[in-house]
Amino acid sequence: MSDHDEHRKLERRAFLKQAGMVALLASGATWSALAPAGAPFSLRDPDGERGKSKRKTIHLPENGYAVEASSVHSHLGVARGSDVDAMIRASVAAIGGIDRFIQRDDIVVIKPNVAFERSAPLGATTNPEVLKALVRLVREAHPKEIRVADNPIESPESCFVRSGIRQAAIDVGARVMLPTPGDFETINVPGATWIEEWPFFWSPFRNATKVIGVAPVKDHNLCAASMTTKNWYGLLGGRRNQFHQDIHGIISDLALMLKPTFVVLDGTRVLYRNGPTGGTLGDVREGRTIVASTDSLAADSFGWDMLLERKGIERPDYFAQVAGRGLGNPEWTEVSIREEQVG
Amino acid sequence: MSEHPKDKPTLKDTIRQAANESFPPTPPRATVTPPAPATRPPTGKSGRRAAAAKRKDFPWFLGFFRITTVRIISQTVFFSLFVFLIWVTWFSRLGGYPVSLFLETDPLVSVATALSTGTVYRGLFKALWVLIPTLILGRVFCNWMCPYGTLHQFVGWVFNIRSNKNDIEKNRYRPIYQLKYIILAVFLILSAFGSLQIGLLDPICLLVRTCVVTVSPAMDLSSMALAKFLVDTNVTWVDPSFLSTSPGATDQRVFYGAWFVGALIIALVGMNLVIPRFFCRVLCPLGAFLGVLSRFSLWRIDRDVTKCTDCDLCLKGCAGASDPQAALRKSECFVCFNCIDDCPEDALSFRLTPLPAKDRIVGNIKAGTASLFGKKVISKISETEIKGPDLPRRRWVFASIGGVLAYPFLRLSAAVNDRGFNEKVIRPPGSVEESEFLERCIKCDQCISVCPTNVLQPSTLAQGGLEGLWTPVMDFSIGFCQLNCTLCSEVCPTGAIQKISLEKKLGAEEHVEEGPIRLGTAFFNRGRCLPWAMETPCVVCEEVCPTSPKAIGTYDEEVTRWDGTKVMLNRPYMRPELCIGCGICEHECPVIDDAAVYVTAVGETRSKNRSLLLESKDPQSGT
Repeated sequence: MSDHDEHRKLERRAFLKQAGMVALLASGATWSALAPAGAPFSLRDPDGERGKSKRKTIHLPENGYAVEASSVHSHLGVARGSDVDAMIRASVAAIGGIDRFIQRDDIVVIKPNVAFERSAPLGATTNPEVLKALVRLVREAHPKEIRVADNPIESPESCFVRSGIRQAAIDVGARVMLPTPGDFETINVPGATWIEEWPFFWSPFRNATKVIGVAPVKDHNLCAASMTTKNWYGLLGGRRNQFHQDIHGIISDLALMLKPTFVVLDGTRVLYRNGPTGGTLGDVREGRTIVASTDSLAADSFGWDMLLERKGIERPDYFAQVAGRGLGNPEWTEVSIREEQVG
Repeated sequence: MSEHPKDKPTLKDTIRQAANESFPPTPPRATVTPPAPATRPPTGKSGRRAAAAKRKDFPWFLGFFRITTVRIISQTVFFSLFVFLIWVTWFSRLGGYPVSLFLETDPLVSVATALSTGTVYRGLFKALWVLIPTLILGRVFCNWMCPYGTLHQFVGWVFNIRSNKNDIEKNRYRPIYQLKYIILAVFLILSAFGSLQIGLLDPICLLVRTCVVTVSPAMDLSSMALAKFLVDTNVTWVDPSFLSTSPGATDQRVFYGAWFVGALIIALVGMNLVIPRFFCRVLCPLGAFLGVLSRFSLWRIDRDVTKCTDCDLCLKGCAGASDPQAALRKSECFVCFNCIDDCPEDALSFRLTPLPAKDRIVGNIKAGTASLFGKKVISKISETEIKGPDLPRRRWVFASIGGVLAYPFLRLSAAVNDRGFNEKVIRPPGSVEESEFLERCIKCDQCISVCPTNVLQPSTLAQGGLEGLWTPVMDFSIGFCQLNCTLCSEVCPTGAIQKISLEKKLGAEEHVEEGPIRLGTAFFNRGRCLPWAMETPCVVCEEVCPTSPKAIGTYDEEVTRWDGTKVMLNRPYMRPELCIGCGICEHECPVIDDAAVYVTAVGETRSKNRSLLLESKDPQSGT
């Protein structure tokens, strides 16, 4: 072999290597572009559908978080007085006691109303003392974890701090969960009119087994009264400012979306005008009442009549809508009730 | 180094003997560079350390306690402190930390605001902590404390691919380094006229702003991604919210013009690859200011002409390009001590009021007969010091004229004066009247960082012109001014937003007479409002209105819609004497693209010229 041939031979080997590489890359590209959608490494997307992001939807438990109905216990436990601890205890005792609702190893979500950055005495948010007493009571049933969560209108941290809810929750060892952009998932509410698919503050509900709502009694500019049913508004995200176009329908959907273990209506203070924001002490009066209930709507009707003192005035439309869906009794006088004076 | 003449060893030996040194001949270099020519002197730090260890003058570990090591530790500490203070600038982390520390100790901020306002606001006296050391030691701030300088130096060091020889050339002084003095002169003269523009280029303002507008949101994004990942992988023992700079914010924060602020820092930092410490040497007005001051400094780097062999190795790591190999430019020297570290002859030292050697040299340098105090002068360069900035007087004059002209150019732009102000330039609560605001705002954007709702945005060129660029304005499509929040006023270092109490903001207690602080006034656009224009119920605006009584009322009316259904409409209207311009109505309005209720700056408390209603002393309006 001459030097020249030797040179050519080496060139041929290099050529084969290079050609092999080209063939490999070309066939790889061809496969990924043209192979049918199901095949491995296929990127083919003939109509553009494959490239769209798939939205994950979540479902809350079908029967909600309620415990089994009881014929022995009252639906409504009303406690009047000034000792918040005793009132919570008495009102929950009236509907069966905490052991009826919470078991060992439960993960409990407590949803106060912390919608606005107002100090507690202004009545726009749940009374932190009530929250504390409630957490203490729940704690006696030895749940695995107690989470306190809400998605306020104003900035969450400020609202939780200013309202005293954050400190209250921390004092009694509950976990405060504030909404961040990553905490929302799309919830599917079967049968809902407006919120069949809507962003939901999901993180606190991950693995949760029980849900307790604790809402203040508030006047509301649009829906007349914001109490335990309206309270679930704070679990939604997204374009909530559209809700006002049919606020009663929305509240009815909220009742459908979340069936709680039980609710507490915090009537220690009543924001009776200029709601739901309030802003002066003149908008608030002492209520000296706490209601625990397995029937949110009945509790709300009690709040309308006895705490907002609007008995005889026509109830907001959402009462009828919620009742129409069979999600509660709009007349507290028709359900079993136990009232107690404590402290 | 390669030009190190081979025919000099005898001379060198002489010097070494004179200095009573026993320098080992070419100790091994421990660096990864290819084998050096035998003529190379030991330049690497490790080389010198090994040499020192061989000499056994001191234990080996003392090599780590060089002054440059101390300097690097100082830079690390100050940089970490800076990052920490940025990190704590958030509602739940504030807890009394002096978040404005770096801005307040920035002498340019203090001096420029003193020029523009005639006062030294709140913590700005802290500038003395930098001013006094500068007068004594020179520009130590630049290379020992300044976080921006540290960033530049670090990036320049990490991405440096130059050879030592090339390094030396890159660190020689260049005339372009005069530019910073021209910038300084323009800024200071503008300040004296009442237009504070130092924030455009002041390194601390610039770095704080960059962190606020680009780095922090990026951190939030990564914190969120990490959180998502941890949830997906069921890891619960670590809480990624420490990474976030706005924990508890419901939405990812967004900022106007973030791309530009981001591009700017990448460009400025990237310039280190072309000219080391480009920003510090060429642009930095604070560096220029400290440079002017440091002409008086008592200590400086001094070159011993009887030891210096003119090898130029001192330039290898010279941060300021201050010519330590010749006549030291005091105003350029960052006091980084790299030159002392790199000098193979121990010819450089940091000394108290050293004598200029030139006048005391006897004999002729060129002829090699020169001597200083009986010692033979080795260096061919006799000058050892240039005191002031190297800016010829005519250029100072030019710069001054530029500054004088810049004022009318800026101020007569319609965007910033009362006759043509932009109605969407809505300043945070506590802000002083606009012309005073422009005397004070340094565009550091700390207020924007601490704002819990993201409503505060860096102003764009369109809103405030160049003069108002990056100053805080409110954008209610992004957020709203939270009623019980005064955080922006707490963190403002210069009093553009005066520190106000909550009572003052709300017009409560002793402030009832003055009434609440109004940021502007809300207006309805009935053509876009659902109840007014579209027979659709809404009034979110009334619901969220935070005043008591509410500044939004409704005309309640039942109408029959086109399809015959009856619907109750609460049609909103403004009660302007109650409106505080917080913008929550605009923010919550479901007509999100161009809200049916919107706030403009008219009626703002801070300006009489921009008022809307006749002044009313009605106590009703002061709730």
